[in-house]
Amino acid sequence: MKPPVFDYATPASLAEATDLLVRHAGDAKVLSGGQSLVPLLNMRLARPALLVDLARIADLDGVRADADGVAIGAMTRQRTVELSSEVRARHPLLHAGLQLIAHPQNRNQGTVGGSLAHADPAAELPALALALDATFDAVGPGGTRRIAAADFFLTYLTTALEAAEILTAVRFPMLPARTGWSIQEVARRHGDFALAGVVAIVGLAPAGAIASARLVLFGVGATPIRAAAAEALLVGGPADAASFGRAGARAAGDLEEPLTDVHASADYRRDLARVLVGRALAEAATRARGA
Amino acid sequence: MTKEPNDVTITRRISMTVNGERHEADVEPRTTLVDFLRGTLGLTGTHVGCEHGVCGACTVLWNGKAVRSCIMLAVQADGAELKTVEGLADGATLHPIQQAFLEKHGLQCGFCTPGFMLSIYELLGRTSAPTEEEILDTLGGHLCRCTGYQSIVEAAHLAVEKMRTR
Repeated sequence: MKPPVFDYATPASLAEATDLLVRHAGDAKVLSGGQSLVPLLNMRLARPALLVDLARIADLDGVRADADGVAIGAMTRQRTVELSSEVRARHPLLHAGLQLIAHPQNRNQGTVGGSLAHADPAAELPALALALDATFDAVGPGGTRRIAAADFFLTYLTTALEAAEILTAVRFPMLPARTGWSIQEVARRHGDFALAGVVAIVGLAPAGAIASARLVLFGVGATPIRAAAAEALLVGGPADAASFGRAGARAAGDLEEPLTDVHASADYRRDLARVLVGRALAEAATRARGA
Repeated sequence: MTKEPNDVTITRRISMTVNGERHEADVEPRTTLVDFLRGTLGLTGTHVGCEHGVCGACTVLWNGKAVRSCIMLAVQADGAELKTVEGLADGATLHPIQQAFLEKHGLQCGFCTPGFMLSIYELLGRTSAPTEEEILDTLGGHLCRCTGYQSIVEAAHLAVEKMRTR
């Protein structure tokens, strides 16, 4: 359990960092908080020749909330966002989701950008990004660009970021008015990766029918998965247990093939997703009634 | 063991303050912080458990924050201020957190104990009146295979009292 040999660089600017990534194409890995990468190095599942540590680059760290959303620098520690009283007051879903990431001791070091760029399909931040239509700012040798969450997560541990591109910031929009939210997950132990999880955002019409629904499942595929067909089933219908049950069955039925591993079978994960969708919708609808 | 093709020694000069004492050393970038603390600095109070950031035995304070030193590289701590379990007691006088563990039987074999104590240290530096939920969330980042946790929870509560009346 010791990392293999690698070289280590601490560029002082993004230009210097992208230049290093270009020059060591395919052989370099960006290091942010290291909460996923260093375990992978310890287990020798990752063997980069060079680590490019972003920690010494200025202006990648910070969280700012305004009426439109929460903007977070990629190197901002997860715990910093979680403990931000502004985020807690203005974006309770983001706050709640951050609290589900591993343990406080990991969140003290783990970064928001690192988790998103690592793109573990069982991680909370990618699911939140997809559910909230977050946008990602990246810088690379060709300049800067903005990527929508729907285009960002390609497959297991793979994002739309090019090899020499670096995620610099993410913006999570605020929840729309008259909506309620829920994030639900089941893990074997407190702080473990979720076996399955769900983010639900529900909007209610004045008469109580479902006006809008957003459902994102995580831990049950190669990326966080938007359950679009289940969302469509919900909209226009009543916000009741029968609707939520149908949506859960549809979302779970549409899953292509959840992972089978030592922790749970694909069937178990699928059934868990079905149950969690129902629970998350019920909680989100309750919150929407109070919104 | 066969040598790997890239098996050349690469080192970086780093410096850090550990328990108030300044240290400078050449390290391989692949050296984890816990191996640096134990192997290079001889501070063996920090324990190596799972080596993938789950068990909490290696927890130290990095610029005041509790982190896993097994999944942090020593080079990442360049310039940092660290505190380890060796920095808790004042000479022969135990720190109130240590005293609380002693009084509440918060340890048996002691392997996990330094990590637990440093996480509690961070919590009590942030708030003098943590909620039960905050205490459990903090302790939840650590594994103990002896105590059944209840005595550790009690030790944490006693530590809150002792720190308040200190």
